[in-house]
Amino acid sequence: MKKVLAILLSAAMILSLAACGGGTTVQSAESAAAETPVTEAAKEEAAPAAAEEAAPAAEAPAKESKGVYAIITKSAGNPYNEREASGFEAAITGAGYEAIIKHPAEITAEAQITLINELVAQGIDGIAIAANDFDALETSLKAAMDAGIHCICLDSSCNPASREVFINQAGVKEVGQCLVDATYDLTGGEGQWAILSATSVATNQNAWIDAMKEILKDDKYSKMELVEVAYGDDEQQKSVDETKALLQNYPDLKLINAPTTVGIAAASKVIQDEGLCGKVIVTGLGLPSEMAEFMEGENPACPYMFLWNPIDVGAVAGYTLMAMVNDGFDGGQVGASFTAADGKTYTVSQADDGGTQIIVGPPFKFDSSNIADWKTVY
Amino acid sequence: MNKKGILKKIRNSREISLFIVLVILCLFIQSRNNTFFTGKTIADLFKNYATTITMALGMMSVLLIGGIDISVGATLGFAGMASSLFMRDGVYSSTFVMFLVSTVIGVLCGMIVGLIIAKAKVQPIIATLGMSNIYRGATYIISDGAWVSAYQFQSGFKSFAQSNFLTGGLLNNLVFIALVLYIIFFFVMKWTTFGRRIYAVGSNPEAAEVSGINISGVKFWVYTMAGAIAGLTGAMYTSLYASAMNDMGTGMEMDAIASCVLGGVSLSGGQGSVIGVFLGAVTMSVICKALPLIGISQFWKQAIKGAIILIAIIINVLVQRGMNRNALKAREI
Repeated sequence: MKKVLAILLSAAMILSLAACGGGTTVQSAESAAAETPVTEAAKEEAAPAAAEEAAPAAEAPAKESKGVYAIITKSAGNPYNEREASGFEAAITGAGYEAIIKHPAEITAEAQITLINELVAQGIDGIAIAANDFDALETSLKAAMDAGIHCICLDSSCNPASREVFINQAGVKEVGQCLVDATYDLTGGEGQWAILSATSVATNQNAWIDAMKEILKDDKYSKMELVEVAYGDDEQQKSVDETKALLQNYPDLKLINAPTTVGIAAASKVIQDEGLCGKVIVTGLGLPSEMAEFMEGENPACPYMFLWNPIDVGAVAGYTLMAMVNDGFDGGQVGASFTAADGKTYTVSQADDGGTQIIVGPPFKFDSSNIADWKTVY
Repeated sequence: MNKKGILKKIRNSREISLFIVLVILCLFIQSRNNTFFTGKTIADLFKNYATTITMALGMMSVLLIGGIDISVGATLGFAGMASSLFMRDGVYSSTFVMFLVSTVIGVLCGMIVGLIIAKAKVQPIIATLGMSNIYRGATYIISDGAWVSAYQFQSGFKSFAQSNFLTGGLLNNLVFIALVLYIIFFFVMKWTTFGRRIYAVGSNPEAAEVSGINISGVKFWVYTMAGAIAGLTGAMYTSLYASAMNDMGTGMEMDAIASCVLGGVSLSGGQGSVIGVFLGAVTMSVICKALPLIGISQFWKQAIKGAIILIAIIINVLVQRGMNRNALKAREI
């Protein structure tokens, strides 16, 4: 009995390892752990390469293109990340190349570093990554670039030194303006409102919140009072607690602005369950499928909210990497542009952090008129 | 004389000492935010943490036999997601069936864990760590990475967690489920052969084996029970938030373990009571619920949560030590 179980278990482990060898792979925690030795080897390889400084850069163009591109998302099991990856995959495979999709098991920079090192060891052409930390990925991404791999960020950026260009789903200022305008419109331009964010270290969340605070300095918004920025950590239990605490601590609260998918849905659910629809309004950035429940019908908890199309963001990341590898497109050059397979021309602009970026487009507004169509999309 | 008796009793009971810690904690929170001691806040607290409070029961029985189960969070996710997918695809629409299916899936998950630990004799922490990853991975696979959203659930299921018809308007349905389970466990642990065997296996495995107790059988059923409870909480969780996410329940096993340890359950097995676990779980929930209410910086919240848990446990351990010393003294006479 014992032996049979032991054999079954080891067979299962071998199978799970073998499954990781495929072209399009979903990474899970146990295989990530099992592959750590590979990562160690990659680090050793990367270290001398970094020490040589200029030499690898000269070698890089000579490197033969394998036609393999990878995307690393923020975490596994989030529909938004899945759509981003599917857009990327469609762009790459549409051009006849191979796409690798990696979802880290945890929302940490450490989990992403393991995956980057693994991809460097495989020697692919380009990596697009949605960074879980602004600075922590620098060493491993630099090592990847030194090894001749093009590295770009999408969705959530890392620092300019760790990337060639940032695929920005919407400019930070545009999103901030959009969220502040929505707040202004829905509150009638005056009264208390609060922000419900994800984690206190999420790069994109903090950038939008800072942009909103900057915009709020304008006299036009002087009667709007931002009472608190609460953090729900993208967990339902915690987001519900934070929402209820906001309602309890600020009885006159008119609006909750949640620029995160879990937060906006949790806040809307609380408002709906407590029968506060119309008294406290929810808006922000959310997934149409998660938000449909709270946006339909008379007097919804959330009259309208915004999001960009994650499929487009992933696709533009794919187009950019292919342009870099095949046409020598330079993402670090402000003003440089390329025309993608979707017929649109994307131009590099200066990013707020001193690096460069490509802006995909303005955020899209979802309201009761279009939510029914979008809820089945993502 | 009487006063001395009460003092001695306080010194001798972990439950009472934890209760005092809880009262002090609540008074402190009340002094920082006077909306804490209202019926609504307390009701919200129990509703939002009914899942964690329930899960602590399954964890308690596992800890009592000297084991540990860190796969319950993933079991919650898998069972909750699987049963939600069935509801989304129209396999059933009844809330009761949904809860039943989720619990049965939890039972199966627990049985696999139980087999690996009881029959293949794998260390519980490794076995449940492995299974935790497998169940979490399986959750992504069956759902294809997507969530089941509010509009895809039956409205009866969504309103179940928000209403109180099971008790005729007295208690929230989820809180009622948790309460019933605590009452059942209280009786099972105190007055049934199975309950006493759990304590026997945990406090002295050799003696239990010599006295004819089927140790691997007890282990198997205890992990199955933990799985069943995790499965049930999967349905409670999805009903409460009207959304099935792939990563739901992540880290909840740690809250359950912390609740048990706070409640005086020994990690080496054989020691702990249902009332203690209840108080421990309520203390954990109060800490989580109160942190946003007392207006401290986000960056301090995590650290303060950890510090409060540690302080409460240290106080409890000191009480326990005093208890043991008194017991020794009594024996010397």
